[in-house]
Amino acid sequence: MSRPKNQNYKGHGLSKGKEREQRASIRFKTTLMNTLMDVLRHRPGWVEVKDEGEWDFYWCDVSWLRENFDHTYMDEHVRISHFRNHYELTRKNYMVKNLKRFRKQLEREAGKLEAAKCDFFPKTFEMPCEYHLFVEEFRKNPGITWIMKPVARSQGKGIFLFRRLKDIMDWRKGTAGKKLTSLEAPPARSTVNPSGSHDARSSDDQKDEIPVENYVAQRYIENPYLIGGRKFDLRVYVLVMSYIPLRAWLYRDGFARFSNTRFTLSSIDDQYVHLTNVAVQKTSPDYHPKKGCKWMLQRFRQYLASKHGPEAVETLFSDMDNIFVKSLQSVQKVIISDKHCFELYGYDILIDQTLKPWLLEVNASPSLTASSQEDYELKTCLLEDTLHVVDMEARLTGREKRVGGFDLMWNDGPVSREEGPPDLSGMGNFVANTHLGCVNDRNNQLRQLFRSLQNQKKVSS
Amino acid sequence: PEHLKEPLVYMRKAQGSWEKRILKSLNSMCTELSIPLARKRPVGEQKELLNKWNEMGTDEPDLSLFRPVYAPKDFLEVLINLRNPNYENGDSLSFRTHLGLIQVPLKVKDIPELKEFFVELGLTTGQLGIDDSTQVPPELFENEHVRIGQKVLAEQDSAAAQQYIRQGSPTALRAELWALILNISSQPEELLYYEQLKTNVIQHDLLVDSLIYKDVKLTASNDDYYFVFEDYLYQVLLCFSRDTSVLGHFAYNSASPPKSYIRGKLGLEEYAVFYPPNGVIPFHGFSMYVAPLCFLYHEPSKLYQIFREMYVRFFFRLHSISSHPSGIVSLCLLFETLLQTYLPQLFYHLREIGAQPLRISFKWMVRAFSGYLATDQLLLLWDRILGYNSLEILAVLAAAVFAFRAVNLMEVTSLAAAEAVLADLSTLKVMPLLQIFLFATVT
Repeated sequence: MSRPKNQNYKGHGLSKGKEREQRASIRFKTTLMNTLMDVLRHRPGWVEVKDEGEWDFYWCDVSWLRENFDHTYMDEHVRISHFRNHYELTRKNYMVKNLKRFRKQLEREAGKLEAAKCDFFPKTFEMPCEYHLFVEEFRKNPGITWIMKPVARSQGKGIFLFRRLKDIMDWRKGTAGKKLTSLEAPPARSTVNPSGSHDARSSDDQKDEIPVENYVAQRYIENPYLIGGRKFDLRVYVLVMSYIPLRAWLYRDGFARFSNTRFTLSSIDDQYVHLTNVAVQKTSPDYHPKKGCKWMLQRFRQYLASKHGPEAVETLFSDMDNIFVKSLQSVQKVIISDKHCFELYGYDILIDQTLKPWLLEVNASPSLTASSQEDYELKTCLLEDTLHVVDMEARLTGREKRVGGFDLMWNDGPVSREEGPPDLSGMGNFVANTHLGCVNDRNNQLRQLFRSLQNQKKVSS
Repeated sequence: PEHLKEPLVYMRKAQGSWEKRILKSLNSMCTELSIPLARKRPVGEQKELLNKWNEMGTDEPDLSLFRPVYAPKDFLEVLINLRNPNYENGDSLSFRTHLGLIQVPLKVKDIPELKEFFVELGLTTGQLGIDDSTQVPPELFENEHVRIGQKVLAEQDSAAAQQYIRQGSPTALRAELWALILNISSQPEELLYYEQLKTNVIQHDLLVDSLIYKDVKLTASNDDYYFVFEDYLYQVLLCFSRDTSVLGHFAYNSASPPKSYIRGKLGLEEYAVFYPPNGVIPFHGFSMYVAPLCFLYHEPSKLYQIFREMYVRFFFRLHSISSHPSGIVSLCLLFETLLQTYLPQLFYHLREIGAQPLRISFKWMVRAFSGYLATDQLLLLWDRILGYNSLEILAVLAAAVFAFRAVNLMEVTSLAAAEAVLADLSTLKVMPLLQIFLFATVT
């Protein structure tokens, strides 16, 4: 069946010409005990399976994935919440490698200007293998601050700032003596509740080897945008349904996480100042749980608009769109695009004083624990909408550009906000179909969407 | 001249005795804690404070012994007991009897008069807060409105700005428009004056400073959105207490600045000073007048000037006893009258279950809804306060909120339950509520 070569008529991959079967009930499995469990349990027609039962949907953690994915058979309809080698995007050292490679490729194919669009990642060097390259760069820029981060840890652990080579000489002496036995660091524990509740740990099998951590040294952004004198970063959610072709959705809500203390470069040792991660903030002596230290993105967007005007804000947000798309494109060829997989990423973005956004990192398992009532609602809606897009119930047609709070951002090509065939005469009027920080009237939209889907089914049957 | 402050004698008397009570409370706190009302800081302490000026919020002084001098509900009790000695209400109940808490005969507007007064909020006039919502194409109203706003700013026409802002201010233009309407300039003298106040703060410590700290910690710091601006609040409020130019507004304020005497010279006028220097004793929630402004102004001296002007034009009326149409007494009466006249069933029901509506709405009006509405909605509301140069819109909004939640309120059977229905206003859209209440309700 021929279809016009027009991206607005391209589905987002769910319907493949044949009818997808509707299931009577969907068996789900997960080990996470937080908002996700609430959402799954309340979903009509979904039943929980425990232990060894067969499942149709598994929101797994990454350690399970690593151990079991390769020898687990999955029927066509089955879905799982991670890509096998997601770490190509989420481990800082791999991400840097992939981005650098992609940038080179872009420069070859499209020129310097296009390649410059990848310059949203602060200069990073892998340690210890790129140590000498790092020293060269370090000497070229005396006096600037650098940050050392472990590649696979989360919640701000193991991070320190430095300005002198001496600080890392000591560190290097410590690890250079150890043999590089394993390049895989201890499993990422980003889903553990900071209060210390247990998670299925499998560190026992690491007992015999000395765990060697890889670090990256990264140029520290010394001029972050401050609000109320405080540093903050943005948490944004991106849902990837497939890599080949690349299909990604952007959630409208998210939040800005504030550091509890005022920003100043003179206190490098005070990790509470520099790390905006909520987990670290929670241990700061200043931390008051009632404060929450988060702003919803809508509030942040309004604040910026009242200060800088709507055009500057538009530019900032479209620069952020660029970060999401380019970062995903850079790992497109590397990630094993299994049709069973989808992944909800948590992007951490830092804005500097020139309103340029920087990518700090991408999380494969963003925290789903709620720190406040508002946060609980955001995460609940986020997860509900994620499940709508995954569409185990086979309700969607595959041509939707918006599902609840998710907007289809990339569908093997940019997605336009406008309806109908794109303006073929030029890309001048192109407006991206992203609404980060905008009004999220998801309830209305979902109601209309499902009603019209029901009507369509009635008509066709 | 007293009549300029307040023409009605009984109001003046009531304000006078309220002030005596506040001052007594302040003085007794002072004696109890053995803290002087004011003291000069030692040099070491001055240096420390100067270094910490931009992050005073990190300080955690022991404030457990301090209590706010009063809270809005204390003030409400005073207003409830206000009586005009020349007015005989008569014991017989008639349809004219006012069933609310306020029992003074002040003239307040009814809906037809409000419709005339707030004509620009009508259904056929474009509004920001309604006609800029996502479903409305911007060509219909928003674009043109923004263009006019830019023109007004270019011409620097303060009167035109005031007229313009009745339909709401575009987010990007609001800071400048407010400054234009309030006649705030960025003259170097103003910056200098602010710096002087700052020096004052560094050199002397006032007892009210602790009250300000406590208030900020209790209210703004706990707010989900305003906590970020904590430091700015100290920078503004501490300077505000020392600003003697604020004393000027007492010429038209029914209140008078409290006087204190230098130690040992009680009663001797030559040794009388106003305390605090600006004559304004903060109460619980005072810092919320400043918090929303932090959204618009980031330069401390500008923020300060805007706040000071807002205070001496509007906010002072919300906590002094007067007969002014924008005074809190009139606002309370306006609120109750609107409710009793246009929602009699609701009003009667709430009264019967011991939930007099004013007991719930009073705190909203005293704070000009700051901390109760979402910030963007609050700013749209304050746009209209500036545009109409009146606080009456606060009473109208309060009544509109009750009207909106009337169905739920009719089902409650206690004051606590009524409070619960009205506890969360953060989802309300202010302009549609006002429009419906004034222009679209069958009366």
